[in-house]
Amino acid sequence: MFDWQFLLLLVSNGILLGLMYALIALGFVLVYKATDAINFAQGEFVMIAGFAVAVAMAAYGAPWWLAAGIGLAGMIAFGFGLERTMLRPLIGRPVVAVIMATIGLAAVLRGVGPLMWGAETRALPLPIADEPLVLGPLLISPIQLVGAAVSLLFLAGFAWFFLKSRKGIAMRAVADDQQVAMAMGINVERYFGIAWAMAGVVSALGGIVWGNLLGVDVHLALVGLKVFPVVILGGLDSIPGAIVGGLIVGVVENVAAGYIDPLVGGGTKDFAPYVLMIVALMIRPYGIFGKQIIERI
Amino acid sequence: MIQRECGVLKTSYAADMALYPLPIARKTMVAIAVLFALVLPVALDPYYLSILNLIFIAVIGAIGLNILVGYTGQISVGHGAFMSVGAYTAANLAVRLDFPFWLSLPLGGLMAALVGAIVGIPSLRIKGLYLAIATLAAQFIIEWMINHFTWISGGVQASIEVPRPTLFGHGIASQLEMYFFLLVFVVLAVVGALNLMRSRIGRAFVAIRDHDIAAQIIGIDVFRYKLLAFAISSFYAGVTGVLYTYYLGIANYEQFQLGVSIDYLAMIIIGGLGSILGSVFGAVFITLLPIAIRWAMESFGGALFSQQAVLNLIPNLRLILFGLLIIFFLVVEPEGLSRLWRNIRNYFRVWPFAY
Repeated sequence: MFDWQFLLLLVSNGILLGLMYALIALGFVLVYKATDAINFAQGEFVMIAGFAVAVAMAAYGAPWWLAAGIGLAGMIAFGFGLERTMLRPLIGRPVVAVIMATIGLAAVLRGVGPLMWGAETRALPLPIADEPLVLGPLLISPIQLVGAAVSLLFLAGFAWFFLKSRKGIAMRAVADDQQVAMAMGINVERYFGIAWAMAGVVSALGGIVWGNLLGVDVHLALVGLKVFPVVILGGLDSIPGAIVGGLIVGVVENVAAGYIDPLVGGGTKDFAPYVLMIVALMIRPYGIFGKQIIERI
Repeated sequence: MIQRECGVLKTSYAADMALYPLPIARKTMVAIAVLFALVLPVALDPYYLSILNLIFIAVIGAIGLNILVGYTGQISVGHGAFMSVGAYTAANLAVRLDFPFWLSLPLGGLMAALVGAIVGIPSLRIKGLYLAIATLAAQFIIEWMINHFTWISGGVQASIEVPRPTLFGHGIASQLEMYFFLLVFVVLAVVGALNLMRSRIGRAFVAIRDHDIAAQIIGIDVFRYKLLAFAISSFYAGVTGVLYTYYLGIANYEQFQLGVSIDYLAMIIIGGLGSILGSVFGAVFITLLPIAIRWAMESFGGALFSQQAVLNLIPNLRLILFGLLIIFFLVVEPEGLSRLWRNIRNYFRVWPFAY
């Protein structure tokens, strides 16, 4: 007999988890949309932000809202600084160069975090109840609910930003063609900085939510590896794509883990999204909502 | 290598195309051959020989990756996994079927080439970032399969013990014997790659790197050559994996995780993309980096930090320096160490004149 409740539980958790993935994927999409740069260090951004918040709370006794503010401000400064020092010299260079530079950045951040703040796992306590909410057959953990809500809020906010605000439209112009945007009087470099700072903001939020869920240590950066299936499925330059991709990945990995893990002995969670992604790459490489690029000489 | 063209007159195309067109380059090669074949093995003790052996293994892998990334322009973040394919193929053949190394080594390489070519199939439609992510997926999927299919990985802790390679009934066990064993393969890899790159295939690779659509228009079968690049590069990776397995005496997937793929990418970026000599420089550099950091910290770190802090410092410092070096070379000297070497050489080419 098929257990509907079990499936429902897996799907509902998958949806919440997927929205939290979408939050991190959003940071990736923002940068790609505006600057055409690929950020392989997204997970490390989240980890560093989590570290900053957790350390501010534990070592300096800051209340959670102050620590979160410090994390946000720090990540904004980090985003601007990074763009100025590392990414601006790489403008106009092959894709491989930017990919490798962010991989290098990931290594640096993974070394700096534990070096400055220690290798042990830190708790990131938020004033949110630990006990799961019981809704009929469903068990929902409050932090996942908060994470999902934050992520929906910001996704809606960024969607508005790109569609309606003057800065957002300028950023889309920059993404479309840097030279033409420059000719139209848009300060391209400034918008690059803003895009990286926005990625920093999103990463800080991701760091707080995921840090509360998993605890803050080097392994928090592994969340970043889930970003790639999400953005490939949804489309690299699409904000709704980040949500849809996140939902698909969250549900698929939870359901696959629930049904396949007992058969093979674990690890399906990390593996299933990538299989899904390979299939997506074969069929629609530009993603569900992504823009198809036509190449000319 | 070192060049002084003065007084050299080439009278045939063959002379112009030669690997070492100048008399001084030939003499340098002889000197290097003597150094590696006769001087170093006698002069160095086993500890330094073991470092050299690790460098040899890294050189082969770095050249393989450079053929794909540097010459053909297709990125791969999955080379660690291709190495593990070679390693486990050879280990299974050696243990279950009692194959000698001269059979299991090429077979391991061929298996890796096959897997690499399959992973390379999407490269026709996708490129750049998408290819990077697809190969990243291949890394995870291959790692997961090796870890979960016990008939590949031999069950407990996914590791297989491999017997020492034997030559004419003599087991290759000591570092010195390993040194000569690996040296043969390094020479084969370097000469093979140098010759490949001045052949029709190598030129097709470079044309695809520079512009794949333009390459197609001038009559290069882009798909075929991309797959070929993946296959050749993965063959090198597979052989690297097999050699590392024989060197360690055990096949273990933990030696071939994502970090290894990134290490090799760092080697070719620091060494120089699209340069065989650069691959060698990069392999030397990245292999020596952790050893140098460990040595420096153990010698001088105690003066500044407590013993416990030093132990915590070493792996983190390695990561930080490693990442900073990648960024530094990409931003400041994208053509890597091989370009620095070329600059020095060009300076001395006309020395003592300015130009």
